[in-house]
Amino acid sequence: MAQLPNGWEMVVGLEVHTELKTATKLFCGCANAFGAAPNTQVCPVCLGLPGSLPVLNEHAVDLAMAIGMALHCTIAPSTFHRKNYFYPDMPKDYQISQYDLPINSRGYLDLPDGSRVSIERAHMEEDTGKTTHLGGSGRIHGADRSLVDYNRSGVPLVEIVSGPDIRTPEQARAYAAELRGILIATGASDGRMEEGSMRIDANVSVRRPDAPFGTRCEIKNLNSLRSLQRAIEYEALRQIELIEDGGTVRQETRHWDEVAGETSTMRTKEEAEDYRYFLEPDLVELAPDEAWQQRVRDQLGPMPAARRAALSALLSDPQPAQLDAIEVVVDLELDEYVLAAAAAQADVAIALARAANEVAGNLESRGNLTTDAFSTTVLMEQRGELSATQAKTVLGDLLVSGGDPVAVAAARGFEQLSSDSLSSTVAVLIDANPDEWQRYRDGDDKLAQFFIGLVMKATKGQANGKAVIAELQARR
Amino acid sequence: MKSAVDIARDVNAGASAVEELERSLASIRSRNDELNVFLHVDEEGAYAAARRVDEIVAAGGNAGPLAGVPVALKDNLCTVGVPTTCSSKILDGWRPPYNATVVDRLRAAGAVPVGKTNLDEFAMGSSTENSAFGPTRNPLDPARVPGGSSGGSAAAVAADMTPLSLGSDTGGSIRQPAALCGLVGVKPTYGSVSRYGLIAFASSLDQIGPFAKTVADAALALEVIGGYDPKDSTSLNEPAPQLLATLEGGVAGRRVGLVRELVEGSDDDVTRSVARAAEVLRDAGATVVELSIPELTLGLSAYYLIAPAEASSNLARYDGVRYGLRVDAEDVAAMNEATRTAGFGAEVKRRIMLGTYALSAGYYDAYYGQALKVRTQMIAAFARAYADVDLLLGATTPSVAFAFGSKTNDPMAMYLNDVFTIPTNLSGEAAISIPFGTGEADLPVGVQLLGPGRSEPTLFAAARVLEVAEGR
Repeated sequence: MAQLPNGWEMVVGLEVHTELKTATKLFCGCANAFGAAPNTQVCPVCLGLPGSLPVLNEHAVDLAMAIGMALHCTIAPSTFHRKNYFYPDMPKDYQISQYDLPINSRGYLDLPDGSRVSIERAHMEEDTGKTTHLGGSGRIHGADRSLVDYNRSGVPLVEIVSGPDIRTPEQARAYAAELRGILIATGASDGRMEEGSMRIDANVSVRRPDAPFGTRCEIKNLNSLRSLQRAIEYEALRQIELIEDGGTVRQETRHWDEVAGETSTMRTKEEAEDYRYFLEPDLVELAPDEAWQQRVRDQLGPMPAARRAALSALLSDPQPAQLDAIEVVVDLELDEYVLAAAAAQADVAIALARAANEVAGNLESRGNLTTDAFSTTVLMEQRGELSATQAKTVLGDLLVSGGDPVAVAAARGFEQLSSDSLSSTVAVLIDANPDEWQRYRDGDDKLAQFFIGLVMKATKGQANGKAVIAELQARR
Repeated sequence: MKSAVDIARDVNAGASAVEELERSLASIRSRNDELNVFLHVDEEGAYAAARRVDEIVAAGGNAGPLAGVPVALKDNLCTVGVPTTCSSKILDGWRPPYNATVVDRLRAAGAVPVGKTNLDEFAMGSSTENSAFGPTRNPLDPARVPGGSSGGSAAAVAADMTPLSLGSDTGGSIRQPAALCGLVGVKPTYGSVSRYGLIAFASSLDQIGPFAKTVADAALALEVIGGYDPKDSTSLNEPAPQLLATLEGGVAGRRVGLVRELVEGSDDDVTRSVARAAEVLRDAGATVVELSIPELTLGLSAYYLIAPAEASSNLARYDGVRYGLRVDAEDVAAMNEATRTAGFGAEVKRRIMLGTYALSAGYYDAYYGQALKVRTQMIAAFARAYADVDLLLGATTPSVAFAFGSKTNDPMAMYLNDVFTIPTNLSGEAAISIPFGTGEADLPVGVQLLGPGRSEPTLFAAARVLEVAEGR
């Protein structure tokens, strides 16, 4: 966005909740999977039945620590507290969460633009169930009836709280995107915002540069990077207008309405719940020893920033479009294709383009495409054995049904265009167009395009443009 | 009625578990209407369990250390398909889909759970007068209370309905009714018996334990129900203590501290019984020293902040949404309120309010936070005492069983009944109450032996010395 009016500056901190990709829930053995029939993944523990007790899932601790390590946090002995409030989708009417002693604290996240956002904490907690309100406004007040699905109850979450270091909506978006990449890279989360596995709340205030922080509002319900960016911008402008009109900002929780494009009051500070936090007596201190931490550290692969750097180092002078392609490739975890192609001495620029477009466009079936097959296809394209169009078609076929690129090209009939066949086609076309050929021989390079067009027409687009030029030059 | 040890031995030798059950059921039938001990008798389940025991033995097997022993369960222990009420209207109609770990262990050991016993609602009380289903009467004098909160489980054994029962002890709820009904009652070391399936009152204080007529029966029961349970994160990762093997080990060479604060304010008969117990232990070769632990007098105040605070959270789930009572109203919040207003009794409401207040912003430090500090001091004070002595000795309750209604209008007088038992819950350590002498109206007096965590073998051997001195 453009600068804020009249020299105002926004101050933003983000709270990102991510569901952890564990097989089972945080405190019981129920499956942690999205999309099952309502109330089929429940047991006495995650339904909070009388007498049931929580037992901490160690794999959730692994993933929480992996997030902390990727964010350069200090990992320390931690405890669980109860956050008490009544809500029908919370079976115990309290949430087990970490409070004054979180597992991860004091880290940071470096963004691609070079800025650094501090991380205050990344703590573990359990998710609630999901309520669907029927009738009325679709919110709890005024609904005719409410249905609760407890499948999500007890799903492990990590809440990552940034410092108030973000100054623009773009930076907020970049932070969320970078964090999402890290969550995916650690294996902690699938980062699917549309399924709610990553949810963002934004704390927004405005101030004059170097003045103390203003009163903040917390914006809920930010379900996409776009919503995040729009909501922050809207909220900052709302606060500025309010202050400039002589008003003051009230500390409150606000709801983002994606359709209307505006925030509205959910509850004021006075209406805020007193959560009566106290130490969860059903759990003991969590103090992962050095061996446990090391085990997690050893399994941690490179993070997105390092992977982007590794890919761009393969290019001598990366262009903006190529940097974008690198971002896509890293985001979708397609690095292995580009790295394999580079190792096979294939052209990195071609590999990057094919990975960021053809492979990225068929992510679900990427399992069919081996890195070897990908590298071979890129090599065939760069040697002129396949045109760009043909190479894309071959990759498409490989993604659908796997196999060997040479065989796939043969089955498509692409191999006829090997040099012999191209050579005879070019010879025939030169004979048929002697005037144009003479002008080309006299130095009019533009006529190369004329011949390429004829060759493409004759071969139904299967020729490689560079190979045609090479053939023309050889005969010039 | 035969002891649990004798029943198990005889049943494993071929005596009929079904006949033993029938004796138990007959006894229940003859006095349950008068005493209101059982809220639910599970005849069908009990017969099935007894028959299975008999089949195992008939096939030449051993049916376990509690083969054919009828057992009564406090109605805050979850039992599959059998109503589990906590003596509260709020759990109306609820049948648990799972067993408490202790119930599974009893059944695996051949025990025959016969039914669920009355308690003060959600284990909050010291007389069983706070049950939504009416009070239980003391079998030794039906005009008096059996104590509480595990009054039903105590009365079941005292009335010879079952030789064994299980209760839960949060501030004395096993030891106090054991004392008032003339029984052995044990509050085991926190974490030594799984709490999985015990409906929580105050999670950091609750512990399941047995009632029995003899120290040996209590030891046998604890050996069966104790030991590590992966379903309870606060469970100690070690096997149940072996108690019977060292039961006759005596107290020779032990140092016992007679604690002034655990006797002060008691009736004379009670004070005399404790003094005589000290003599008996001394005669058996122990060194008895008198000592003072002033921190113990702070226990009651700390307890009545910590326990209600945890209870206010533990009992939040009874909101009418998922199970039990629901009183419909125009929206969810109103339904929650109407359900809880109708479903909880006065004492439960009092403690929920007290606990909510103690945890509230602005009051936490002065109340709950302060209570936690007292608890820490109490743990340190016990540790100092146990650096010098092996066991502590005192009274279990200041008086013998009291009459109905005598303390119901004065919560503080009722709370004072637990003044000697509460410190052990706060410290998470072990204690046992054993009947020793009599007081007013020839009613039994309970003497309490306390030990550090995991001291059960020593405690049981000392209790056995007192039992032998009483001619049992």
